[in-house]
Amino acid sequence: MTAQLTTESVDPVTAAIRVSVPERGLRQDLRAVRIVWYRELIRFKSDRLRAVTSLVQPVLFLFVLGTGLSSLAGHGLPPGISFKTFVYPGVLAMSVLFTAIFSAASIVWDREFGFLREMLVAPVSRSAIVIGKCLGGATVATFQGIIILALAGAAGVPYNATLFLTVIGELLLLSFTLTAFGVMMAARIKQMQAFMALTQMLVMPLFFLSGALYPLNGLPTWLTVLTRFDPLTYIVSPMRHAVFSHLSVSPAAASFLAPNVTWAGWQVPVGLSLGMVAVMGAALLGIAIAEFQKTE
Amino acid sequence: MSEPVVQVTDLVKRYGEIEAVRGVNFAVTAGETFGFLGPNGAGKSTTIKILCTLANPTRGSARVAGYDVVKDRDEVRRNIGLVFQDTTLDAYLTGEQNLRFHADLYGVPRPQLAPRLKQVLEMVNLWDRKDSVVSTYSGGMKRRLEIARGLLHAPRVLFLDEPTVGLDPQTRSSIWEYVNELKRREDITIFLTTHYMDEAEHCDRIAIIDHGKIVAIDTPENLKASVGKDRVQISTADDQAAIEEIGTRFGLDAAIREGLVTFSVAEGEQFVPRLFAELTEQIRSVSVARPTLDDVFMSYTGRTIRDSEATAGDKNRGMMMAMRRGR
Repeated sequence: MTAQLTTESVDPVTAAIRVSVPERGLRQDLRAVRIVWYRELIRFKSDRLRAVTSLVQPVLFLFVLGTGLSSLAGHGLPPGISFKTFVYPGVLAMSVLFTAIFSAASIVWDREFGFLREMLVAPVSRSAIVIGKCLGGATVATFQGIIILALAGAAGVPYNATLFLTVIGELLLLSFTLTAFGVMMAARIKQMQAFMALTQMLVMPLFFLSGALYPLNGLPTWLTVLTRFDPLTYIVSPMRHAVFSHLSVSPAAASFLAPNVTWAGWQVPVGLSLGMVAVMGAALLGIAIAEFQKTE
Repeated sequence: MSEPVVQVTDLVKRYGEIEAVRGVNFAVTAGETFGFLGPNGAGKSTTIKILCTLANPTRGSARVAGYDVVKDRDEVRRNIGLVFQDTTLDAYLTGEQNLRFHADLYGVPRPQLAPRLKQVLEMVNLWDRKDSVVSTYSGGMKRRLEIARGLLHAPRVLFLDEPTVGLDPQTRSSIWEYVNELKRREDITIFLTTHYMDEAEHCDRIAIIDHGKIVAIDTPENLKASVGKDRVQISTADDQAAIEEIGTRFGLDAAIREGLVTFSVAEGEQFVPRLFAELTEQIRSVSVARPTLDDVFMSYTGRTIRDSEATAGDKNRGMMMAMRRGR
């Protein structure tokens, strides 16, 4: 060991490598965003178990619940449309829901295992780290959504390029907003157990109130109000809208099953729906960045 | 002399009720290996956190590599390398991936990256393990990888916070081999904290810190010379009686340290025969030690490091909690 060290210390290369770290700037910050993002991908790739387990729940909802309830729910549906087709957009949302939040949870792990410190002492802006993290979580979660998207045929949804691109875009927006939400929480909540408990408590109501499993119209007033407050509603509705516009159903059936979100009778346009989710994502990102700016 | 690489002035850090650092002053010159020695909870880690820009001082100021740790945070960060007592590696990434991540965060220019990567990994003997996932590394390998990573961006100051804590003695000594090698090779200032007395001997200069204050600061040789006396430890049938008798008969101030009757006396080896001849209390065992840094610590604080850690345990825990909350 020692002998090897001495032979190397005469290596002329040793003295030759002078590293000079440049001034901080936009290029440096972009490089930091890229590597934080890339790390999320590496970790996701090496953690196949997580990828598989987080697919179990959406698959159960789509095939088991979807099939089980079709005989019951089938009566309300037009011919050729199964309940599976109806819940499919909701299941897509679900598939990214858990992965996005779990990606944010990795900040809590990083803090526990010290890696967060490695990132926080680096001479880059904290926003670069938070943005990289959110983009990483969004990418990984959207990838999970794409796997569910590959099962479209089994849910009676056609393989159509325009439809897929629309849905992928919407999934990306949703995952980014969710990851930003998770990162914002991870800035405050320092124990993994507390983080998990809190997200579990929030995720299920978010999902059940989003209209992922039922149409948004004809609901009792209390439920109508709650669904309108659930941000997930504003992404599930556009996704269902996109799916139904590529099915051969009568306009009447489509507007019953895949209506736009309404506020006291006024139809919220798809653009506004998505815009609200985007604004919310940006706001959550801003809060998350502010949280991580603090020094002890 | 050129401007000090680290300059600390009247530094105070308070966590709620607890004053972890209570007015600390010192300077470290370029190329020096400077050690911060003290028991756990003495304020070492807090000081290092301030110097690394991870915590803001409550009062006072600190400059590292010519930059203020509060005002020029990024400049300080570009010029320092850090190895913390707890690992800060991503165990799911390979050794090389961990270093590449670091290089991107610190903006190491791409053309220099590959040769520098090879150089630091070879320095710590991990080049052939660079493609293994870090979770397969031993504790010593992880620490070596952290040292390599801390050096990757060629910092002017390398901070080592308890670099060998939790490692077995053999690994500890190999870490020191790497650090000493590093001092020969790179133009770098090393700032380290330790609570191992023997490790402090690797430093050019040592500051002894206790209860958030520096009690002594000098070279290890000068510090030991300032103690002058040898340390004698004996065990007897009745230690209390022996302490009293040593006091009355020889005029020496003895006390129980680490479970043994302990006192300092000049030229201890010549004193032992007298002790055996004159002490009425029966002596079971005796040891004489040349002054060590432990004695220096004891002469300045009245306690051995081990004793102060045993009694400071509860206080520390309180402080850790306060620090955790504040994080």
